[in-house]
Amino acid sequence: MDQQLDQFRSISLAVVGSGGVGAMTTGQMLFQAAAKTGLYGMFTRSLGPQIRGGEAAALLRLTTEPAAGIDDNYDLLVAIDWKNIERFAAELPLTNKSIIISDPKGGEVPEVIAKSGAQIYELPLAATARSVKGRVNMVVLGVVSTIIGLPAQALETVLRETLDRKGEDAIQSSLVAVQEGRNIAESLPETDCKIEIPAEVVGTRWVLSGNEAAGFGAIKAGIRFVAAYPITPGTEVLEWMATSLRKVGGALVQAEDELASINMVIGGSYAGVPSLTATSGPGLALMTEGIGLAVAAEVPVVIVNVQRGGPSTGIPTKTEQSDLNIALYGLHGDAPHLVLAALDVSDCLFTTQWSVYLAEKLQTAAIVLSDQYIGQAKAAIDVPEDHPFKAERLIESEPAEDYLRYAVTPSGVSPMTIPGIPGGQYTADGLETNQKGLPSTQAEHHGEQMDKRLRKLTQENYGDYWAEVSGEGKVAIITWGSTAGAVREAAKRLRHEGINVKVIAVRLISPAQPEKMAEALEGVSRILVVEQNHSAQFCGFFRANYDLPQKVESYNRPGPLIIRPGEIADKIKEWGIK
Amino acid sequence: MSTTADNIISHEPADYKSSYKPIWCPGCGDYAVLKSMTKAMATLNLQPENMAVISGIGCSSRIPAYTNCYGFHGLHGRSLAIASGVKAARPDLTVLVAGGDGDGFSIGGNHFLHACRRNLDLTYIVMDNEVYGMTKGQASPTTAPDWDSTLTPGGSGMSPFHPLVIALASGANFVARCYSGDVNETADIIVEAVKHPGFSFIQILSPCVTYRPEQKEWKKYVRKAELVSTDDEGRAARRLMTDDGFNLGVLYQGTREPYNLRHNPDALVEASELGQQFEV
Repeated sequence: MDQQLDQFRSISLAVVGSGGVGAMTTGQMLFQAAAKTGLYGMFTRSLGPQIRGGEAAALLRLTTEPAAGIDDNYDLLVAIDWKNIERFAAELPLTNKSIIISDPKGGEVPEVIAKSGAQIYELPLAATARSVKGRVNMVVLGVVSTIIGLPAQALETVLRETLDRKGEDAIQSSLVAVQEGRNIAESLPETDCKIEIPAEVVGTRWVLSGNEAAGFGAIKAGIRFVAAYPITPGTEVLEWMATSLRKVGGALVQAEDELASINMVIGGSYAGVPSLTATSGPGLALMTEGIGLAVAAEVPVVIVNVQRGGPSTGIPTKTEQSDLNIALYGLHGDAPHLVLAALDVSDCLFTTQWSVYLAEKLQTAAIVLSDQYIGQAKAAIDVPEDHPFKAERLIESEPAEDYLRYAVTPSGVSPMTIPGIPGGQYTADGLETNQKGLPSTQAEHHGEQMDKRLRKLTQENYGDYWAEVSGEGKVAIITWGSTAGAVREAAKRLRHEGINVKVIAVRLISPAQPEKMAEALEGVSRILVVEQNHSAQFCGFFRANYDLPQKVESYNRPGPLIIRPGEIADKIKEWGIK
Repeated sequence: MSTTADNIISHEPADYKSSYKPIWCPGCGDYAVLKSMTKAMATLNLQPENMAVISGIGCSSRIPAYTNCYGFHGLHGRSLAIASGVKAARPDLTVLVAGGDGDGFSIGGNHFLHACRRNLDLTYIVMDNEVYGMTKGQASPTTAPDWDSTLTPGGSGMSPFHPLVIALASGANFVARCYSGDVNETADIIVEAVKHPGFSFIQILSPCVTYRPEQKEWKKYVRKAELVSTDDEGRAARRLMTDDGFNLGVLYQGTREPYNLRHNPDALVEASELGQQFEV
């Protein structure tokens, strides 16, 4: 039995509103204040496609222990108004234990929400704001913080930090509105929506998004050149790096398209500077020819692909894990490369950092898969463990007369020269070459170069980093990417109920690690593969690349509704295995 | 290569040539362009290892491996993108970009526009023969609309692309035209282009003797422009729009600042310190 679950407390709340009422600001401040008090959590946003004034929901989960995903349902929903709620009601699962705070001025609680049977309380949010000439979202801040028991002091600190630039008058006015919100919330009965505030803050909390974490991991690993073309939801990796790279002496260039950005980073890396780009589905599709060039010419590059709903333009603002197939199989010819997936917000840092290390060491392309969910979510976490992985390329700094750029070596990795090294001149090429690097159409050269490009990847010992394996049992849940959070929580709950499950969250997807997987699956008789896409892409890859004597079932569905822990636990319970 | 008493190394064009034999047809204009390039390199007296020659795909794009510089024979149309990455990551290198009219103006057309705008310190040499040679004779963006080909029987019917005008309109700061047959003149202009800060564009008329044998006549038409180089964009535009395509020389040279990478070497922090911004 998992004892930890006895002490684990979690509340989930949503603030919805439209037309720029500031639901996101409310969510952001609540989240920062909660992190200050020592809580952990996750802050996701649900936005319509409009640039301004569309419907928006700030979705928070606050927990007393680290949790890498969202919960099954929302305990509290505060609606400033109900405009367009039907567009994202499905993303706000409620139960008859949930509480809804509704402003009578914002209209009646729509049936799509009310049918949950949640307890509805009416509070005059807008009128209260008007009475003190304040903003309604500040009133909501006061209401929510009172309901959940967030100390006023933490809120005031965050409010002062956020509004610092607007001056003392703005701060005072907001504090008054927050206080009015607290006052009107006093009329509400006690609810279960209280979170226990830790007696003291143990350690330091970081609040960051997966996209920021990926950028930070990249720079930690030594990335100093980035080429960027904006695309939702990958842009924030690039935006974060635009300012951060300058601080460490690196450079970011905005490219004219993704064809340019991938080729620019190939150029930067060829010139000796560890280089990366980030994108999302359509951009990855445009980059595939370039990624193949990086593989053929053995120029290390890293591509962070923040997945969104596909195919085509799809659903740019919502999550999905449906770019696995293009990441694995999108390159023409036999082009072995690395495909990795970040497992949660915090892991975007490690996985990207490790990917840079691997791409540089193995002189190949690495595609790092993240997604909209963990990319744009902010998490309150412990300071991530400091890993030493850095770009360390095998450089030939004093090439001999007979230097061979693509020398066939036991490891498959050949010492590389970079421009500026005398005597090391060669022409990198997309054409097949001989060991010297000159174009060749000979079977012998093609064969030995193909073998070497594959051998580099297969001989590498990826250690324990290939997957996060936890728990023991006859049942294993295998997953990759952001669904790891829900799977881990489902496993925790199952163990608490006495059902032993093993979790294998795969970080290194390609090359496949059959021996390590076989070891991890020892004693397992039944497997559930969990992923967020329509065609069970990983499950297909899994069946193709691993020996599977066990019974394998897939639990998969497309976005945008994030797979939640409860449904995974229910699926395992259906099997009736103890 | 020879070293004087003062240890100043002086180079010969041969120092910049590799021993790898070109795949070009006998009589191809690109041989002469290679000669002009290596001659220019010797005049510039740069170390071969500090130069990078970047290309795309096509006959002329084979040129990097024929030099003794660092080279990249990349993807069709993407030479300027790779070169931009090289230069942005390593501003200390001298970067030459080379290719043909199909590579640069058709599949790579977008990069051409934005390389002109961006103004990174690159020298872009396009060997223009108004045809796709490597795929055996199809119409390129600079081909006349009535030129008959297997892929466009009776002609493409499309208006030819005007590379110099487009370069100028896109912000290029050094716009020149050369003829491959004038090896010395072409070499001089390449030297000027490399020395020019920012992006330089040189169209070199380089005949395809196999698919466009009539281009052997070009030598009769080309002439050194009886015009002084101008920094007046308006004048240059009129000049380029109205010329017959055979005026040679530096036809426009402006003074726009090259691309600024905004490095600030005085305010650098350790990468790990970036994490502090996430602390609550």
